[in-house]
Amino acid sequence: MHSFGYRANALLTFAVTILAFICAIASFSDNFSNQTPSAQIQILNINWFQKQPHGNDEVSLTLNITADLQSLFTWNTKQVFAFVAAEYETSKNALNQVSLWDAIIPEKEHAKFWIQISNKYRFIDQGHNLRGKDFNLTLHWHVMPKTGKMFADKIVMSGYRLPDAYR
Amino acid sequence: MDWQGQKLVEQLMQILLVISGVVAVVVGYTTESFRTMMLIYAGGVVLTTLITIPNWPFYNRHPLKWLDPSEAEKHPKPQVVVAPKKKFSKK
Repeated sequence: MHSFGYRANALLTFAVTILAFICAIASFSDNFSNQTPSAQIQILNINWFQKQPHGNDEVSLTLNITADLQSLFTWNTKQVFAFVAAEYETSKNALNQVSLWDAIIPEKEHAKFWIQISNKYRFIDQGHNLRGKDFNLTLHWHVMPKTGKMFADKIVMSGYRLPDAYR
Repeated sequence: MDWQGQKLVEQLMQILLVISGVVAVVVGYTTESFRTMMLIYAGGVVLTTLITIPNWPFYNRHPLKWLDPSEAEKHPKPQVVVAPKKKFSKK
């Protein structure tokens, strides 16, 4: 502590140590938040449903997505990434996941939303298994904190079924 | 900066930084604002820098009192050397 440089060095190292502590506390405090997200998805319309020339099934849907992800936001949340995936089982793959729509939610105020859209990304099967297929629509989300570990969770909504014939 | 000033400056630095860190977390958590927490802590660090880095006069209230050379000459060296010699002879 006898010189300017020595004091500056001591101050900097101790200040950064405490900064790391503060960030750890902020990250830890996320464990006490009460998370009650909710979501509902309705399929309003099957716009078209066909077999591509080279044999893969493709379907276009109009979705009505209602979700309330506000409770995921804490003081340590930077943004939430949410996406809707169609999940189904085929003889080839135990789990097929096709992303239909996604969004980055930067603020808590935008985390309670209602949106009516046709699928943002193409819903194409690997093969031609989609006729009469039961599938789930799953809302996945990844919470990206300002400091600490990113975590993910999902809501699975089941009971959807594609038509038995191409249209 | 004298010896006591150095001790004081180290304690001040640690106490001020810890206090600003605690205040920042408490205020940030209660107002649910990460930004507020960082601004308070940054303010605390700047304040601590201003208080502890410059060599302020109040760190120099206890200067070492060096003996004047003429004073040292009044006390001959042998007296100082005698004590260790006695110890040595006892062993």
